[in-house]
Amino acid sequence: MMQHLPVLQVLLPLLGAPCAALLRGRDMAWGLALLLTGAAFLISAVLFGLQYNAGEALIYDLGGWPAPLGIVYVIDAASALVLPVVSGIAFVATIAARRLVEAEIDARDHALFYAAWLLTIAGMLGQVTTGDAFNIFVFLEISSLSAYALVAMGAGRDRRALPAAFNYLILGTVGATFYVIGIGLLYMLTGTLNLTDLAERLAEVESTRASFTALAFIALGLFLKMALFPLHFWLVPAYAHAPSAVSALMAATATKVSVYVLIRLMFGVFGVEFNGLADAIGLLILTLGITGAFAGTLAAILETDLKKLFAQSSIAQLGYMAIGIGAMSMTGLAAAFIHLFNHALMKGALFLAIGAIAAQAGRVSMQSIEGAGRQIPVTMTAILVGGLALIGVPLTAGFISKVYLVRALLEQNFWLLAGLTFISSALALAYVWKIIEAAWLKERPENAPALIETPVHYVPAWLMVFATIGFGIFAGPLVDAAYAAAAVFIGGPS
Amino acid sequence: MAVDMLILALLGLPLLASALVLVLRDRPNLRDGQALLIGLMTAACAIKLYGTDDGATLKLLSLAAGLDISFTPEPLGKLFALVAGVLWPVATLYTIGYMRGAGEKNHTRFMFFYAIAIHAAMGIALSGNLLTLFVFYEILTFSTYPLVTHKGTAEAVQAGRVYLGILVASSVILLLFGIIGVWVLTGTLDFKSGGILAGHIDPFYVPFLLGLFAFGIGKAALMPLHRWLPVAMVAPTPVSALLHAVAVVKAGVFTILKVAIYVFGIDFLRETGSSDWLVWVASFSILAASIVAMTKTNLKARLAYSTISQLGYIVLGAALATSLAASGAAMHIAAHAAGKITLFFCAGAIYVAHHLTDIKDMNGLGRVMPVTYTAFAFGALSIIGVPPLAGAWSKIMLMGGALDNGHLLVLAVLMISSLLNLVYLGEIVLRGFFAKPSGKMGHGLKSNVVQEAPLAMLLPLCLTALMSLALFFAVDMFILDFGG
Repeated sequence: MMQHLPVLQVLLPLLGAPCAALLRGRDMAWGLALLLTGAAFLISAVLFGLQYNAGEALIYDLGGWPAPLGIVYVIDAASALVLPVVSGIAFVATIAARRLVEAEIDARDHALFYAAWLLTIAGMLGQVTTGDAFNIFVFLEISSLSAYALVAMGAGRDRRALPAAFNYLILGTVGATFYVIGIGLLYMLTGTLNLTDLAERLAEVESTRASFTALAFIALGLFLKMALFPLHFWLVPAYAHAPSAVSALMAATATKVSVYVLIRLMFGVFGVEFNGLADAIGLLILTLGITGAFAGTLAAILETDLKKLFAQSSIAQLGYMAIGIGAMSMTGLAAAFIHLFNHALMKGALFLAIGAIAAQAGRVSMQSIEGAGRQIPVTMTAILVGGLALIGVPLTAGFISKVYLVRALLEQNFWLLAGLTFISSALALAYVWKIIEAAWLKERPENAPALIETPVHYVPAWLMVFATIGFGIFAGPLVDAAYAAAAVFIGGPS
Repeated sequence: MAVDMLILALLGLPLLASALVLVLRDRPNLRDGQALLIGLMTAACAIKLYGTDDGATLKLLSLAAGLDISFTPEPLGKLFALVAGVLWPVATLYTIGYMRGAGEKNHTRFMFFYAIAIHAAMGIALSGNLLTLFVFYEILTFSTYPLVTHKGTAEAVQAGRVYLGILVASSVILLLFGIIGVWVLTGTLDFKSGGILAGHIDPFYVPFLLGLFAFGIGKAALMPLHRWLPVAMVAPTPVSALLHAVAVVKAGVFTILKVAIYVFGIDFLRETGSSDWLVWVASFSILAASIVAMTKTNLKARLAYSTISQLGYIVLGAALATSLAASGAAMHIAAHAAGKITLFFCAGAIYVAHHLTDIKDMNGLGRVMPVTYTAFAFGALSIIGVPPLAGAWSKIMLMGGALDNGHLLVLAVLMISSLLNLVYLGEIVLRGFFAKPSGKMGHGLKSNVVQEAPLAMLLPLCLTALMSLALFFAVDMFILDFGG
């Protein structure tokens, strides 16, 4: 049983999806989704423990076919760290989904919603687990196609969800196509799709133009999927008009998985020493990362719709992850993993809290939360803590992210870039404070609808808030795990 | 062990007070009484800690490898803890009188954040490394924000924005940059006597790193990062008195001094000449703020600019980088605290008793409020540096430090500044005692009838005025040796 966990991790939600689609009746599909995401979270926690104790990668041969012939699932320090992020957020988002989905989606569609929900989760878990380049593409499409459908389901109350989903579909497909073209080139060059074999055989053909072209295609495709500036235009409308539960799930996980895949391919297959990688692509990623950090933060400051505001902030935060990757160092990669983890917690908390308001008030704008600090203090405090974490205030997870990110830059003597990173993260204060002033320093207008909160509304968000604070104070294990994950790809004692 | 308990008590007692404030929110007398009592206990612990030996370290927890929250009392930190700890109960008594006298709302919220701010100040004072210092520095910023915006008016909200904007932006952009820079360069964040940087950095870059700290520590209100301090005067006067004349700004200059002594090392600074530029920036801040203070006729605004000027003295002490100057700066933390809190207490007393805020309206007020004005004169003379009041010593020590280091021009700066102090603080006293009542004072009040503020306010301001006097004679206790 235990040795089958890597495949069960993906298989349970994947097979659960068609079952959910068949279920009728109130809450049945939701119950199944909750059960399966809970199981997935449990499995990934166990896998993390197993991998940690083993100290080496756990390899699972799918169908009993060993590596060169069959597809392998690989649980190494990196995937073991990312899996619990995806499944944990999925679990908490599923808890919250019951209420949000009831409020926002037509009852006839609930079963289909949870089917797509489970599919997208299975797709993300699959991308993290698999050790096969083409298999990554398959899971990428599973998670993306179901995500397009999920975004489009927001059309019930917000017609703009349809163009948003369509945009997302077009750009997502372009990204996936670029990725698969790159993989095709690699297959042509090396005759293998297994990531480990690829890495070995690629060394022989390193200086060919085809291998560099492959890298360019793969990187570009994944930049699109991870919404790296300036390829981020699909993200904001998709997050803003999707059903609230979907916003929460995707904001916290979807782009992170693409970041992980990018790291896996760039460092795990091509390698830091790959011809021109550090110079060309590393510099490109650093530049795009810092530009994205500023562009996202400035756009967020101008935004008045809270979902859009935090979606713009996600662009900035992805920029920081990109900066970690672009530093091309052990600490840089560790910082990217730390921020990947922490940002999932913060954005999960924020979007779940905003979702709880959106389910009552519809659109959540600066105007609709005026004076809300007194009406729904617990929910608004969750947004406050999440916002402070985004700024990187000490004793929140965001602080740890920032410390390691800047450390990575200074180790490489990127002093100017470190300064810019500080400035852009300080600018986050401006958009977080707009919310604080609206919620606490303004009186609630007389004609504004009364907002309510009960534990049902705020418990999911607060689970994430506690995690944000917890990993801000006791960050040791996370930092260790992130360094172990980085060591999978860069030198170090792996 | 005993030291550990004292550290925990100094950190924990203010937190306990803030928790009890919430619990007892419906019983104002009990709520305020316990705050006063816990304040006295805190003061006792701070005094006890001041007498203990150095060397103990209390590690509370570890965020990650190399990132510890730990506390190491050393002479400078113990002095700051003493200043904050002793003045807290005095200010609490004053606050009780002020809040009731001036009819302010939301006492509970006010008392809650007031105590949290003291907790943060204690954390800064006793911090054993840069990370701990930074954490409590930020807690202090955020916990004082609700106090600045306490009145909830548009003006207060705007002031809150400037306050938070400058303090948070400077700290997360520059200060944190400096801290992580030190971490990457030396591999440690711990404060060590003699500094940790020597040998880890090319001396060419030291002035820049020092700049990250000098301007990153916005609470020190070094020009041009001083704007937050005057705008914060919109807060109720007890906040201005304890926080914006003592805890917050002193936390700023204390941090600069601590970084100069225990991270850079004053010998290293002096030998490399890295802090020479800061001598001139601080001198400019001293003179410019004094000149601006003369143009202000709002009493609290004038005191705020006077504070900016006086903070420059302490930064100057760090920048001169001699043991004598650093001791003078440390002494000035205590001397200016006692003097300036007296002045703010008086400003609040004048406001509560007669609703006056403008100096031009205060002609002849000294005869109506003789006790308040006598105390004001004590505070003012101490800040000007007239013996036998505390400020005289710190100025003499700073001058000695400047001589040691060959900065003769600094002597001139210090003398001119004293003259300016005399003009803008002396004017208030002279108008109070000798000018004929006019303006608002002319009506409504009879100049021969004594009308003082409530006793709960009068008592604290007499106490702090006497402290200014006592510090002069107890100077032995405050001369610290930082080597070099």
